Amino acid sequence: MIWNSLRAALLVCALPALLLGQAPKQLTIAAASDLQTVLPDIVREFERATPARVTVSYGSSGSFFAQIQNGAPFDVFLSADVDYPRQLADAGLADRSTLQLYATGHLVVWARRESKLDLSRGLAALTDARVRRVAIANPKYAPYGRAAVAALRDARLYDAVQPKLVMGESLAQAAQLVESGNADVGLLSRSMVLGPTLKAEGTYAEVRASYPAIDQAGVVVKASREPALARAFIAFLRRADTGKQLERFGFALPRS
Amino acid sequence: MDWQALWLTARLATIVSGILLVISVPLAHWMVFSRRRWTFLIESVVSLPLVLPPTVLGFYLLMAMGTRSPLGRLWIDWTGHPLAFTFEGLVVASLFYSLPFAVQPIATAFSQIDPTLREASATLGASTLRTFFRIVLPLSIEGVIAGAVLSFAHTVGEFGVVLMVGGNLPGVTRTVSISIYDHVQALQYREATVTALFMLAFAFAVLLAVYGLRRRPLAAAPLA
Repeated sequence: MIWNSLRAALLVCALPALLLGQAPKQLTIAAASDLQTVLPDIVREFERATPARVTVSYGSSGSFFAQIQNGAPFDVFLSADVDYPRQLADAGLADRSTLQLYATGHLVVWARRESKLDLSRGLAALTDARVRRVAIANPKYAPYGRAAVAALRDARLYDAVQPKLVMGESLAQAAQLVESGNADVGLLSRSMVLGPTLKAEGTYAEVRASYPAIDQAGVVVKASREPALARAFIAFLRRADTGKQLERFGFALPRS
Repeated sequence: MDWQALWLTARLATIVSGILLVISVPLAHWMVFSRRRWTFLIESVVSLPLVLPPTVLGFYLLMAMGTRSPLGRLWIDWTGHPLAFTFEGLVVASLFYSLPFAVQPIATAFSQIDPTLREASATLGASTLRTFFRIVLPLSIEGVIAGAVLSFAHTVGEFGVVLMVGGNLPGVTRTVSISIYDHVQALQYREATVTALFMLAFAFAVLLAVYGLRRRPLAAAPLA
């Protein structure tokens, strides 16, 4: 009786080890939070095509940049800009030959459905007296935050809007500040507002002011234990059907 | 060193520990000396922030402060702006977050008072209030100070909640811990190091003060 239950306990303890022995290869991805809406589908397709288990962490590109510099165990870094991956390559922390543009993002103005703002005015809507708080991603370490500041400056609205700005730690947090009703408007990525949650709860308008193109690049981290698999994932991002998926979520595709 | 964040944090912690002292002394008194059976219920509620992840508190506060909650709307109608992203918002959040750190040392000190002293005082005709100021408070002053110091220090160290409801506004909601996080995220390790070192010294000084205080009542105990 006791022996039986002991044996059962041993089996349960050994199970993870047994599973690990035959487990598919693991791929860990650090992804900019604007990919949160589209990447899960792409990852599912990739896993269907390749015997691999992919886990994705979302956050601001700058945070991942800092983490990878300090040895974070990521295989692939999908940034929301080109500079961070390039700097990692320059520092010898990423494989330069794998550096690859995968999409160009767009900035939008987003407000909850019940908001009475006229978003068709674009950024000018932010000067409305009813707008008390405008959420953006932290420009210090989020490319979309930098783009938001650049667009506001281009529209000569920065000084007027600056006192209303609140900063999310990533694009996702900026979105959540608006979604929860704490901020009135957010300057977010088009990919994010086309995701099911925000799409149902709000409306958006394109930002017509000019800002440096949000070209997004991915790279294989030098310390990756699965460099071949990581390369395969970056190549997968450039496949035509993956591109269609990215376009469906408002991204533009790199020309080359 | 981010002096603005430091000054902001000092103001926040002073206000919060001041308010908490006013709330915690009667609350602890009631918890310790009440004969009601369900005081344990209040004790559990008061201690919740000790166990809850700060993100849970931050999440609830964010929801409560937004336009979707009746409380949030009431505040917006009243003041014209949401409670999140303001200094007052941080004060409210910190009151919840640091409450157990003020109440518990005070309650412990109260419970260690010899009941015969309070009974004698009552027998001699002193009111509860008079007994409190003449007997209870003088005997538990170290616990009260420890409560104030600990709630101050705990508010200084608050991070998760502030990250979620603060909005990182310099001079308004960017506290020292957020400022350090910000510097690290932006790879400004030099700035982060200076502020972090200062915080380490501060935390150590606080603990020296608290444990230093605790030694005295132990030494004095045989006399009492």
